[in-house]
Amino acid sequence: MARREYSLLGPDGARAVETGLAAAEWYHTDVPRKVMKELMQRSDQPAIRDTILLYGCMVGFAAGGIALWGTWWCVPFWLAYGVLYGSASDSRWHECGHGTAFKTAWMNNAVYEIASFMIMRNSATWRWSHARHHTDTYIVGRDPEIAIMRPPAFVKLIGSFFGIPEVIDFFPRMIRNSLSGPTAEERTFVPQSEWGKVQRVALIYTAIYAATLAAAIGMQSILPLMVVGLPRIYGAWHHVMTGVLQHGGLADNVIDHRLNSRTVYMNPVSRFVYWNMNYHVEHHMFPMVPYHALPRLHEAIKHDLPAPNRSIVEAFAEMWPALRRQLAYEDYFLRRDLPAGAKPYREDFHRAALGDMPDALPAE
Amino acid sequence: MPQWIRACATGDVEEEDLIRFDHGGATYAIYHSPEGRFYATAGLCTHENVHLCDGLVMGHLIECPKHNGQFDYRTGAAKRAPVCVDLRTYPVKVDGSDVFIEVP
Repeated sequence: MARREYSLLGPDGARAVETGLAAAEWYHTDVPRKVMKELMQRSDQPAIRDTILLYGCMVGFAAGGIALWGTWWCVPFWLAYGVLYGSASDSRWHECGHGTAFKTAWMNNAVYEIASFMIMRNSATWRWSHARHHTDTYIVGRDPEIAIMRPPAFVKLIGSFFGIPEVIDFFPRMIRNSLSGPTAEERTFVPQSEWGKVQRVALIYTAIYAATLAAAIGMQSILPLMVVGLPRIYGAWHHVMTGVLQHGGLADNVIDHRLNSRTVYMNPVSRFVYWNMNYHVEHHMFPMVPYHALPRLHEAIKHDLPAPNRSIVEAFAEMWPALRRQLAYEDYFLRRDLPAGAKPYREDFHRAALGDMPDALPAE
Repeated sequence: MPQWIRACATGDVEEEDLIRFDHGGATYAIYHSPEGRFYATAGLCTHENVHLCDGLVMGHLIECPKHNGQFDYRTGAAKRAPVCVDLRTYPVKVDGSDVFIEVP
């Protein structure tokens, strides 16, 4: 296969549209309507509990970090605060963006806006980018949220654990959005009716960061930046660690989430920070199921999915060699076995869309 | 010329739920509201042509199963991003235990 072109304005995206790979009908495991309706039911209670716990811990850790500022004792407080700010905000942005975390719309919107600011994503732009990610998950040239492109850029990936490429991208983009609205690429997935909102959000972000910077200069201290902004760097590692496992080393240009997404069993703390997005095949197959119901959905459909990785460590042990192999051979991916009785992968779906290219789906 | 077509029986759709109905090459969604009324809309989301029949009815809202966009199925009004374009609605009448929709 020719080298992948990830630009949303490039030839791969146009080809995906031409061949029907874009906006295609994806494979779904059969779930009785009655069961699915029960799983999709919304509730405020779990997310209110988790949000009080999250923001309560953040206030407590920040207070500890400020009180102990100037001593080494502040370090663990900032490390904990950073993970909640720079990583838990990713999952809150995600779930509230879907509108599934809370039953009450304004609660979803409020947490979504706060989380978007903390994770440094324009809340107006990224709502649309994530819609595209679900329409065309890991379809090259269509999905704007492909975390690990091929061949993998390991330096960038390692930098992401400290938020470096994202922060470097964010601030110039924020200024551009403030001055002239969405960029040309963003305009391919943000409807014109929302362009003004993209600009307004960018202006608000710019004002908050300017005020924080002014406070830091006024105080002659980085302390204000330790609370706002910098945690996106020193606390990013957890959301990158869990996030790269979502699709890393798996197939692209397919329309079966069992081939391009990964479910990983995780410890309770990571699951709280990640809000159960470790059940990632399940989430992509049925995005209407709230995070708190994903373990039950997993139980309902696991007979039809590849076996989940049993830990974060095991998942990295599976993914990392695949990424290294993709350095030399871009088309390589992990093709995991399905359990006995599962519906086979419908590779004919995407083979037809890809023009039945013999090297598009190399065997493991 | 519009015509009334039998879409389903009243018992085919649970309250606060919907079913898919295909006719003449088009697909529709038939809703049974919490207060017992029936409604009909186009069957595909205006955002990405996803069948709404797999979505969730909450009160008078239908949520698309793919991107969680929402419509008021009584009026077709788009209520939540990423949907921006309203859903087409169709007149409905109930005759005995049958639900009819008026299609173009």
